[in-house]
Amino acid sequence: MNAIEVNNLTKEFGKFTAVDNVNFNVKQGEIFGFLGANGAGKSTTIRMLIGILEPTSGDALVSGYSIKNQSDLVKKNIGYMSQKFSLYNDLTVVENIRFFAGIYGLDGKKYEERKKWVLKVANLENMENVITSSLPGGIKQRLALGTAVIHEPKIVFLDEPTSGVDPISRRNFWDLINELSDGGTTVLVTTHYLDEAEFCNDIILINAGKLIAQGNSTELKSNYIKNPILEIESDRVVDSLEILEKEKWVGETSIFGNYIHVILNDSTINEQHIYQLLQEKNGIAVKRVEKITPTLEDVFIHLIEKDSKKNVQ
Amino acid sequence: MLVVIFMAPILQLIFLGYAANMDVNVIHTTIYDQDKTSTSRDFIKRFEQSGYFKLDYYVDNYDEVTDLLNEGKTLVAIIIPKDFEKKIKRRETAPLQTLFEGSDGNKASIALGFIQGITTKFSQGIVAETKDKLGMKISLSGSLVPEVRVWYNPEMKTRNYMVPGILGLILMISTISLMSMAVVREREIGTLEQLIVTPIKNYQLILGKLIPFTLIGFVVLIIVLVIMTQWFGIVVRGNKLFLLFTALLFVLSNLGIGLFISTVSKTQQQAMMASVFAIMMPMIYLSGFAFPIENMPKVVQYITYIIPLKYFIIIIRGIVLKGIGFSSLWLETLILFGMGIALLIFSSLRFSKKIE
Ligand SMILES: Nc1ncnc2c1ncn2[C@@H]1O[C@H](COP(=O)(O)OP(=O)(O)OP(=O)(O)O)[C@@H](O)[C@H]1O
Ligand SMILES: [Mg+2]
Repeated sequence: MNAIEVNNLTKEFGKFTAVDNVNFNVKQGEIFGFLGANGAGKSTTIRMLIGILEPTSGDALVSGYSIKNQSDLVKKNIGYMSQKFSLYNDLTVVENIRFFAGIYGLDGKKYEERKKWVLKVANLENMENVITSSLPGGIKQRLALGTAVIHEPKIVFLDEPTSGVDPISRRNFWDLINELSDGGTTVLVTTHYLDEAEFCNDIILINAGKLIAQGNSTELKSNYIKNPILEIESDRVVDSLEILEKEKWVGETSIFGNYIHVILNDSTINEQHIYQLLQEKNGIAVKRVEKITPTLEDVFIHLIEKDSKKNVQ
Repeated sequence: MLVVIFMAPILQLIFLGYAANMDVNVIHTTIYDQDKTSTSRDFIKRFEQSGYFKLDYYVDNYDEVTDLLNEGKTLVAIIIPKDFEKKIKRRETAPLQTLFEGSDGNKASIALGFIQGITTKFSQGIVAETKDKLGMKISLSGSLVPEVRVWYNPEMKTRNYMVPGILGLILMISTISLMSMAVVREREIGTLEQLIVTPIKNYQLILGKLIPFTLIGFVVLIIVLVIMTQWFGIVVRGNKLFLLFTALLFVLSNLGIGLFISTVSKTQQQAMMASVFAIMMPMIYLSGFAFPIENMPKVVQYITYIIPLKYFIIIIRGIVLKGIGFSSLWLETLILFGMGIALLIFSSLRFSKKIE
């Protein structure tokens, strides 16, 4: 059984369509990555799935309950961590825990057990009386996640939980997500970080409210870009890029630090052509040219550019 | 935060209580005595003895009178004409001219009252004296003795009248702004969204806000009541429990209004602006707190019917100053009750709809 089934979900704000006829399924117990640029409609989709925003049309089943007319039951079975920090900053750690535990009706032994667990995963043992606002960002996020799942929901929705958090804390946060997933919790998480997307069992990409790609990371890499990709390392990155973009056989280009990724339109082109063009004709020292399998980033840039072009037409 | 919530009303009441003192204690007076006789000097003495008039200037011509009045140095000029004594002796009517600097009409009319009082007494004295001299029986039976009695506020202290009103004002300001800010603040920081996702029911969420703010409202009320009675020495003549009960009804209206503001504002700033300028200021002007409602244009008078503060001020002035209770104030109490319930229901529905 699927934890979440989304059917033709649409949300319009006046004339503007924020989520446009989206369909996808999330399997029980998996980590499901939800990707998209700013304003793509990720938060809007999540807010519909957790029952605080009514869809304009379409429906979804969350844990088997319709978000349209069973939102009370949906709410009992989910946890949610919003894009904003969502604990009370002026309360202490334990006051926040007690407050949310109270709302979910946890008491007695159960409460003690869950409180201990939250404090452990947030790394806040012996710090329960600290005012929440004084905690470092990474710890706050883990406390927020711990509190969001204090009632052990079957499904948890995390909206950009790691934005603005340092890389080490992000790592720790993902360890916690994996722990939840191992325990059988279904996790739907939105992110801007593509390295995080690699940790997901399944990924969808939305752009301007429309779903444009879906699959696990291997599938995405092989299904959406058929053409070969060359990674080029040269002295003068920007100059090289300008020269390459003039060639007919160059499809899309993107810069990754010192490297350029080029998606070729013509599979007969090989490394030799690049050396000739940059080094011999233009005198740019080329250190390395290599055929690579695309990264998720290549795939997403490719897909979003393709989709945007289509929208312009 | 709590300190601000409770300290602000205390300071407000004390400052406003003193500022609201509109009593006339000193009437700056100019005398232009053209007669310069023993009778005129006797007459002037009466003013001095009254305790209200301070005879700052004695002048000799009209120009000086005009200047003093124009410059606002004197509130009233009393001009005693040349043949004042002569006319009185001849038992003719002696004219007396008084000029007022009337920019503060209230003050001027109070001064006029005092002058009339003194003049009446003086002329009574003359009648009596004359009769005496003629060797007739002294009798005042035919003369008119104007008797002015001030009810409820015998010392005529405006403070006694204003402070209960200020109390209503403070209760309104603190509860409306607390309620509206608290909800909007939770929306701004995101905890409201977090709460909505929990299985908590809307009515529970609303009660969770109403109960603590009602309690805070009561603590504020108790504090200002204590200051009113202990600091300003204004006694509550009526039933204190009835006062608390009506205050509860009034607080409910305010919380309803606060909740409504929170549904129309996106940020705390907006909520603050909306509550101060769109709600509280007009309500204060229209409540009869400072400006008598019966002096307002008819249309505006109709608007005052929907102002909860108006009813509470009537009630609290009634209880504190007149010592009246439910039997006289039942209509206002009922209206306040109805308004409280209606506002709460209306705002709660709006609030629930908004978060869905
Ligand atoms: N209540 C609303 N009224 C009108 N427009 C809205 C509303 N909520 C969101 N939008 C618009 O819908 C679009 C999608 O917003 P959404 O917050 O879902 O994007 P997102 O993918 O979560 O972006 P981000 O990565 O920045 O969080 C945006 O253009 C946003 O301005
Ligand atoms: Mg978002």
